[in-house]
Amino acid sequence: MTVGWLTVIVLIPLAAVVAKSLDGGLGDFWDAISNPRAVAALKFTLGVSVVVAAIDAVMGTLIAWVLVRDDFRGKSLVNATIDLPFALPTIVAGLTLLALYGPNGPVGINVAFTQIAVGMALLFVTLPFVVRAVQPVLMSLDPEVEEAASSLGARPWTVFRRVILPALRTSVLAGVGLAFGRALGEFGSVVLISGNLPFKTEVASVFVFAQIESANVESAAAVSVVLIVASLTILLGISWFARR
Amino acid sequence: MSRIGLRTAALGYLAALVLVPVGMVFYRAFEHGFAAAWEAVTTPQAQHAFYLTVLIAAIAVPANAVFGVIAAILLARRDFPGKRLLNALIDLPFAVSPIVVGLALILVWGRDGWFAMTGVIFSLPGMVLATIFISLPFVVREVIPVLEEEGNEQELAASTLGGNAWQVFRRITLPTIRWGLAYGIVLSSARALGEFGAVSAVSGRISGRTETMTLYVEDRFQSFDLTGAFAASVVLALLAMAVLATMLLLQRRTA
Amino acid sequence: MIRVEGVSKQFEETKALDGVSPSVPDGSLTALLGPSGGGKTTLLRVIAGLEAPDTGRVLFDGDDVTRAPARHRGIGFVFQHYAPFKHMTVEDNVAFGLTVRKRPKPEIARRVHELLELVGLDQHHQRKPSELSGGQRQRMALARALAVEPRVLLLDEPFGALDVRVREELRAWLRRLHEQIDVTTVFVTHDQEEAMELAEQVVVINHGRVEQCAAPHEVYDNPANEFVMGFVGPVTRVNGHLVRPHDIQILSQPGEAAKEAVVTRLLRLGFEVRAELLPAEGDPLIAQLSRAEAEELELAEGQIVHVRVDPAQPARVPAH
Repeated sequence: MTVGWLTVIVLIPLAAVVAKSLDGGLGDFWDAISNPRAVAALKFTLGVSVVVAAIDAVMGTLIAWVLVRDDFRGKSLVNATIDLPFALPTIVAGLTLLALYGPNGPVGINVAFTQIAVGMALLFVTLPFVVRAVQPVLMSLDPEVEEAASSLGARPWTVFRRVILPALRTSVLAGVGLAFGRALGEFGSVVLISGNLPFKTEVASVFVFAQIESANVESAAAVSVVLIVASLTILLGISWFARR
Repeated sequence: MSRIGLRTAALGYLAALVLVPVGMVFYRAFEHGFAAAWEAVTTPQAQHAFYLTVLIAAIAVPANAVFGVIAAILLARRDFPGKRLLNALIDLPFAVSPIVVGLALILVWGRDGWFAMTGVIFSLPGMVLATIFISLPFVVREVIPVLEEEGNEQELAASTLGGNAWQVFRRITLPTIRWGLAYGIVLSSARALGEFGAVSAVSGRISGRTETMTLYVEDRFQSFDLTGAFAASVVLALLAMAVLATMLLLQRRTA
Repeated sequence: MIRVEGVSKQFEETKALDGVSPSVPDGSLTALLGPSGGGKTTLLRVIAGLEAPDTGRVLFDGDDVTRAPARHRGIGFVFQHYAPFKHMTVEDNVAFGLTVRKRPKPEIARRVHELLELVGLDQHHQRKPSELSGGQRQRMALARALAVEPRVLLLDEPFGALDVRVREELRAWLRRLHEQIDVTTVFVTHDQEEAMELAEQVVVINHGRVEQCAAPHEVYDNPANEFVMGFVGPVTRVNGHLVRPHDIQILSQPGEAAKEAVVTRLLRLGFEVRAELLPAEGDPLIAQLSRAEAEELELAEGQIVHVRVDPAQPARVPAH
């Protein structure tokens, strides 16, 4: 019964996408995804997602570190705000960045309609992934291991690099995987701030949306399939990696 | 790097990326006074959007809660062929772009779709389906760890004492998972209330009929009604913060 | 009375039970004794109905319950970690079996109160299990199991998770309880002292087989084989036999059948003394004597003495 529910809600719709993409045969499929605008969108999406994931890895670990190892007034409030990007609707997320870094922003920075804007939006929505993946692992680390390393003469950075980081490796990668997957498919936060300029700031999901609107359903389905495959690969990659 | 240095870097990043922008939304919403903002969110269009958003969530979340508990029990307590597949399927909504979800539903239920039916796409049922899809995993994923950590000893004990399956579920399993379930429902609700992409694709964005709060925000923005957009965003942001506060409360309870 | 007939159980690669057929007399207190992984807990769970045997039968008073699920067998089961219902009070825990049988509330209240008094927990009836000590939780689990008036009471390592002192107290308490409530009781333990002290009948289980099924003193004095002898008490090897260290006699003068040996080590353990001895020929052995005996002999390390097995034919088992 459970499987039935899942099938109706999840499997059948996704299968429909795959089927539609192959409606005109493999030839049409290939044409759809090698259309220059599609390619541009996919390349840009992939590129910006990789950059964002990398930044997330560093900043996410940093933030998790500060939240676990440091103590200061208002720390629990800060901890709560990490989840804000989870809870906030994506369209609002885009709007918040636009308010500060857009044309009428008070700080005089205007990145609207630039690739940087897309990056920022993605950083916003992917913020919690690495932080929340690393935090519990960091918290459960045995301080005695670090003390042992110190007592043997290692400097703090060395302790971090050789003792702590390896222990965090899996969780950071898991968080990065989730962030990357999310970034690939992100729509709502990007749609306002990027201006959706084809060949410049158009991400794959926006491209698909545009195709749906202009009734090019096969093309939309084809690019969607690429996105699905990419996300699935990440998902499977993480769970395979986590099992090692 | 010094402790202060790290702290500054972390807090600075958070401020620049999250805190200040969110603060700006509040500022811009009330820029022209509280009255203007209030008016902007109480137009009939806005009210309908709010009502629709809540209605969709009120359908989608309980559906996912029931499914979630059943699936969690299956995955945590039983072994069966295809268990890994089920597990992976449940995570699928996390991996798929919301636009793809919308497309998928159109392809199934739309005019030329597999189960072509009027009254699904561009209408409430379609939006509910989209919302169920994207908020599916939350309850399952929150309940499974609780079930796994507790083990099934209490349920076995209850069974030896004479309880039948339903009695064991109602008196033992459900109370045991209640905090995980609550947390999952809260997360699921947040996701349902804030969904944009999938709902956008299947709804046709017909103002006053198939426009949720998030779609309303976009509409206001595209119509250059910035105060309206920001005011509606404030409503959603406050909802999000209420969700976070609830999450915090629940976390304290389980600790 | 419980009869187990030819029960076998296989788990993936291990044969947990191999054709065991012990029986448990009515109203008795029986111990399933054996090393970890030997099969005793599996046997208990088969009796309970928490595991289904691959072959064989389980009969309660002549009724074949082999296919009956646990909740239809009329058992009371106490889990190793008590499996308390954490979200319920002590009262509601104990009442659970009666609640699900839809007994009238006054009856439930009366019975619960009775039982809580019996186990000494009635002042704590409103507490949650997390607020109780290990020993108290144990007693609550027992009360809960007894509430439904089971025909069989089954306990899985009931004292394993407790401190030594609490364990001893609860052992004595369980024995008194059993005398009061005459329910056929089976408990699993790996602690031979516990089995010997508490049980009227000991079933020694190892590698899925019943090695011996007899009263405690029988098992100690007439062990069926090497394993039982070694598991149930200390042993030492003499002349190709296993013998109890306290059956080794130490003589200061040469005597009949006595061998010469040097005392390699002397351990004073409270009121008894353990002497490690190396005979002129043969393997090292251990003797156990009282302090008084040791003092009389003026035992010291390095001393040459004469040892022999007590000629009064004590327990001995051929060794391999």
